[in-house]
Amino acid sequence: MPKGGWWLMLFAVLVVVGIAAGLAWGSVKVPLTGVWEALFLGGSGTAGTIVVQVRLPEVITAAAAGAGLAAAGLLMQTVFHNPLAGPGVLGITGGASLGVAVVMLAQPVWGLLPLAQDLVYTVAALTGAVAVLLLIVYADRRVGDGVTLLVLGLMIGYLCTALLSVLQAGSEAQALKGFVLWGMGTFAGVGLARTPWLAIPVLLGLVAAIGLAKPLNAMLLGEEQARAMGVDAARVRNMAIWTTGLLGGTITAFCGPVAFLGLAVPHVARAFLHSADHRVLMPASILLGAALALGCDLVVRTAWTGVMLPLNAVTSLLGIPVVLWVLLSGRSWTRRR
Amino acid sequence: MMEPCPIATEHLCVGHGGVAVLRDVHLELPPGSLTALIGINGIGKSTLLRTVAGLLPPVEGTVLACGQVLHAMPVAERARHIAVVLTGRPDTGMLDVVSLVSLGRHPWTGHWGKLTKKDREAVNEAMEVTGIARLRHKLVMECSDGECQKVLIARALAQATPVLVLDEPTAYLDLPNRAAVVRMLRNAAHSGGRSVLFSTHDLQLALDLCDRLVLLRSAVATWQGTPAEAVASGELERAFQGSGVQFFPGQGTHRFTP
Repeated sequence: MPKGGWWLMLFAVLVVVGIAAGLAWGSVKVPLTGVWEALFLGGSGTAGTIVVQVRLPEVITAAAAGAGLAAAGLLMQTVFHNPLAGPGVLGITGGASLGVAVVMLAQPVWGLLPLAQDLVYTVAALTGAVAVLLLIVYADRRVGDGVTLLVLGLMIGYLCTALLSVLQAGSEAQALKGFVLWGMGTFAGVGLARTPWLAIPVLLGLVAAIGLAKPLNAMLLGEEQARAMGVDAARVRNMAIWTTGLLGGTITAFCGPVAFLGLAVPHVARAFLHSADHRVLMPASILLGAALALGCDLVVRTAWTGVMLPLNAVTSLLGIPVVLWVLLSGRSWTRRR
Repeated sequence: MMEPCPIATEHLCVGHGGVAVLRDVHLELPPGSLTALIGINGIGKSTLLRTVAGLLPPVEGTVLACGQVLHAMPVAERARHIAVVLTGRPDTGMLDVVSLVSLGRHPWTGHWGKLTKKDREAVNEAMEVTGIARLRHKLVMECSDGECQKVLIARALAQATPVLVLDEPTAYLDLPNRAAVVRMLRNAAHSGGRSVLFSTHDLQLALDLCDRLVLLRSAVATWQGTPAEAVASGELERAFQGSGVQFFPGQGTHRFTP
């Protein structure tokens, strides 16, 4: 068994347990045999409908979002050589949110056109995410300094928030409510028919992220040193950025700006595996991200019966201690001085 | 016919963004030789090294690697010809010594970077000759500066290239480690048959342990030859003219004048 193999297996088991629990648990408890029947034997009845129509898409969404955000976080941390990089911190989800907000609040305008709503949201989120990424890349080239980059990411985030509130001030109550709910983050709003729209781009992004494992390892020594080792660093960086945009944009379009998962999961994975090798770290982050997102979803659903907790409150409560730990210990990243 | 040099330059002008810092450099790095690049801060040592290593395009002229134009080579092929150790200490996080040295096999492994038996042998040998085998599972970020420099050199040796280029490998090291590092490079050149080029400010080490010196005196004046020739001809003295350093050509030593 290679280094980290056991951890990978454990994380995979956690994902399976999370999926099973996510299908069985909730305001209506369905026994696992009932879940099995509903999924594979075409079981009917209320329980079957709940499992297939409500919980299955929610579980797929949570797993895909957690996995995708974690992969995006790891890509950003390595490419920008920055432990605090992540889709949220660098303003990528902010950009995606702004894109979605513009089309969501302008729905009366384009709503008359024969366009699929999901397609419009996804394209808007991707556009916002990639626009912010291009800005970040440009800034990184110009200043090449991690702290400045983080400050810039925060500024972009604030700018997006400011523009969002301006948009909200002038919008109708109905559109506003939809947007506020979306902004709190949720895995529950996708629905079975729309799941492929989320799952397929995320799957593509995950495959790309794993495929970049070898050159990402070389990038750990810095971009120029990686070039000296035969890595086309500019190409790897671009691939990583487009992959992050695809993952961050798609997930934000469907789940809202989910906080902290992308930033925190790679650090937890590093701490468990005690490794910087992306060939195990990337799959581990993906599995752990999926497992944690499934866990958060369970907390959201079952904390108080009848009340859905905002997802972002749960991911933040989970993510903030990790970030503090990274800042205060510096263990998983820089040399202790 | 004579085998072409692993690295030779023709009318090479190096610089950034089309602006030349050094002009008309003729450099030859024969196999099995250790060459030190010497010159004051800011004269263009790093720029020259990066250009010779293929990381920076030349402003004019060409670098030939075994008779081929280096800057026309694909990146991966270039990395099988030249290994580079850049200056400074990278932030390596959870990377341990053996993983970092294994990264040197990058240009030789497949898409997933899986190490074959031959790759692992090259890694082990590189760790053996640099004396870091006992550090195998230590995190690089927990190594001392001296250990870290040896790890970075081992990574470059594991790359198994005929040419090795290093930017100030002796900076930040204490006296014994500086000597150890240069001896390591000398060994890589003499027993490994490599062409090794490194920049340094350690004049004495360069004079005592290197086969050849390249002196950068000004943008248009580069000189190369053996350490003995550099001292005897007064070229070394000229490279540091008016800097408050006095040279004693007879002994090949220098002192600082107050």
